[in-house]
Amino acid sequence: MAVNEILPKSGLDIEDGLVLGSSRGRLWRSLRGNKLGLFGGVLLVIVVLLAILAPILAPYGPAEVHFATPFQKPGTVGFLLGTDDLGRDVFSRMLFGMRASLQVGVLCVLLAVGVGAPLGLLAGYWKWLDAIISRLTDVTLAFPFLIIAVGLAAISGPSLQNAAIALGVAYIPTMIRIVRGETLRIKESDFVLSAKTMDASGLRIVFTHVLPNAASAIIVQATVIMPVAVIGEALLSFLGLGIQPPTPSLGIMLSDAQQYMFRSPTAAIIPGLGIAVICLAFNLFGDALRDAFDPTASSRK
Amino acid sequence: MDSGQPILEVKDLEVSFGEGPVLHGVNFTIRRGERVAIVGQSGSGKSTTVGAILGLLPGNGRITGGSITLDGADLGGASEKQLRHIRGRQIGLVPQDPMSNLNPVMKVGAQIADALAANGHQGRDNIRQRAVNLMTEAGIPDAGRRYGQFPHEFSGGMRQRVLIAISLAGEPELLIADEPTSALDVTVQRQILDHLQTLVDARGTSLLFITHDLGLAADRTDRIIVMANGHIVEVGTPEQILLNPQEEYTQQLVAAAPSLLATVTGEELAGASLPVESKAASTTILEVRGLVKEFTLRSQHGKKFLAVDNVSFSVERGTTTAVVGESGSGKTTIARMILGLEQATSGEALIDGKSITASDGAVRRALRRKVQPVFQDPYGSLNPTFSIERLIDEPLRVFKVGNAASRRARVAQLLDQVALPRTMAQRRPNELSGGQRQRVAIARALALEPEMLICDEAVSALDVLVQDQILDLLAELQNRLGLTYLFITHDLAVVRQIAHQVVVMKAGKVVEDGSVEKVFMAPEADYTKELLGAIPGASFAR
Repeated sequence: MAVNEILPKSGLDIEDGLVLGSSRGRLWRSLRGNKLGLFGGVLLVIVVLLAILAPILAPYGPAEVHFATPFQKPGTVGFLLGTDDLGRDVFSRMLFGMRASLQVGVLCVLLAVGVGAPLGLLAGYWKWLDAIISRLTDVTLAFPFLIIAVGLAAISGPSLQNAAIALGVAYIPTMIRIVRGETLRIKESDFVLSAKTMDASGLRIVFTHVLPNAASAIIVQATVIMPVAVIGEALLSFLGLGIQPPTPSLGIMLSDAQQYMFRSPTAAIIPGLGIAVICLAFNLFGDALRDAFDPTASSRK
Repeated sequence: MDSGQPILEVKDLEVSFGEGPVLHGVNFTIRRGERVAIVGQSGSGKSTTVGAILGLLPGNGRITGGSITLDGADLGGASEKQLRHIRGRQIGLVPQDPMSNLNPVMKVGAQIADALAANGHQGRDNIRQRAVNLMTEAGIPDAGRRYGQFPHEFSGGMRQRVLIAISLAGEPELLIADEPTSALDVTVQRQILDHLQTLVDARGTSLLFITHDLGLAADRTDRIIVMANGHIVEVGTPEQILLNPQEEYTQQLVAAAPSLLATVTGEELAGASLPVESKAASTTILEVRGLVKEFTLRSQHGKKFLAVDNVSFSVERGTTTAVVGESGSGKTTIARMILGLEQATSGEALIDGKSITASDGAVRRALRRKVQPVFQDPYGSLNPTFSIERLIDEPLRVFKVGNAASRRARVAQLLDQVALPRTMAQRRPNELSGGQRQRVAIARALALEPEMLICDEAVSALDVLVQDQILDLLAELQNRLGLTYLFITHDLAVVRQIAHQVVVMKAGKVVEDGSVEKVFMAPEADYTKELLGAIPGASFAR
């Protein structure tokens, strides 16, 4: 093949290539340099570990009731974070609850990014696909996620997965729109034009040129979806469309505790703090990740 | 004019942003009625000086030393309120970019009226009458009607005239023009500056003219201040600076300024001319035949716009052909059609007898390898998320050339060819300067060993010295690799420096074509003469 001629012809010294160095570890270096991001990453690891190790760490089962000792304050012997109205150990329920909330959040983000980002790229890059995908997006936007959740629950019963799917589907359209907008912008840039003059295929351009440049927008959107999904799960569970009691989630704990808000505020404050910590961890880490991906960000500092 | 009296005195001015000063001991005075130019490249501190004088330093910039005296009053100690009074009434500013300096949702007349009202004029009819007068004075025809139009209905040159009218609204004693025409075509630039000069002279206004173009400064002012890295390098009359520069930096600048080389005499020309490859029987590599491109204007009910109108020319292998024209002449559209990025309405652009748009598969791939582009903006043409190595590697990957090790070796070789250190391979484009980026873009274009490069305004975004270096690099590469260039540019001065053949375009049509010697020495078309006449600094050519 004629194409392969150029390398030998130019009298190349393979050794030459070795001095170029490597950019491996660049992402990691950038992440490590970002103190706040590192804090977010550590927080995230702790939260995930706590959630995964819940069955080992929890002193009691999540649904285990102690009718003799309801409304205990945090710090009570035997109950590290106190108990709720049915005498269930808040610490144990927190561990299991974080597990469920994280599952819903991660599943929802995966669904929104996994489906929304590729569709957005396709819609942004190819005009004829845009007509189809954008109309479908509009149709999906017309259904509030509650309707989708009710529908899913009616078909296959309420569960954690269905709640996550309903929430994920609800956020696909926004993701499509954001990625589509970025794609429309990026595909007009000169570097895409020069890729075309190299005879690069459309798919190649989309995945090697457009996607990395759209990554920061996708990450930002994902970090926005994550906390909203955790709270959305609470709403769905409250309505009986999500996780079924007595299995705990942070949302269920919140809604259970609100009736006894004045007798035992800690039972509500603690899961609330849990949601806040999860969101904070994801946001800080997401910001750091975006900065690491975006080469223009480092020069701004 | 009582030329003895200074209107503006800048003494030991020092300005800092965060840590460390960016302006070091800048000293100069402007006398009444005098025209002074500050010339410097980007980052030389010329705009910072203007910001300091106007009390409009961006961000955390502040004056850390020295003084600025306007008409006997110290500006450094002036309060914001006093400064507001001074700006407009005593100092007028003609800003750089006419596109972004007018409010797009406000009628042009209202924007001038606004400036008049801010300068203490009263009464609607009075203000309107004055605004119309100012517009007429600034050279806007039919000012009464155009008063009620929006900025988007004005061309770039007309917008700049509006900005001039605004700057004159307060009848300032000193007018600061910050690169007032760098965004405009040369012929428009000449009209605007001629007009500005007449206005300034008639009013006895002093002018501080900020520019990167030494030729322009020489044409338009009495005194030139050359700045670099926040220092004043040299001060002198245009003759002193251009014909007898004392400092090394000024000498480099004068040597690099393409506009000053543009009008060399015939004999010198023959000697200085680039050696045309006397390669065995020069053959045609690119042939453009009856190329037409029509755009349908959506806003005007499907009206057709002829961007390229029956253009024909051919390019010999190993030579440089320049396509010259002002904005809207269709030169970039031609480049895009040759590159196969745009479909021609009729006619064809043939590379070695074949057209990219008409072929596909292996034939098209082979053609694409022969012709590679270098774009104008080195900030936009490199994917910011890639490392330099990855960027230069990309065409090799697309064409599946070699293996990982041999591709790396090729990248190293290319970096050598464009004189970039190999240690730069893992940097990202945003860590490089404009000139370095353009070198990367050239290396990428060369990766597939093309026979022809299409340079679309490839040096227009660069500073003079850098531009000179890139042009040298291109000439050297041509000698070494026998490359053919199609050089798309608006700058006749650059053409003079590198091209063998010239195609002059206007409004989609070829006005004139021929060898550089012929077009520069004996231009036939009026438009070519007009273009040549508009090159600044012609009277100072050596």
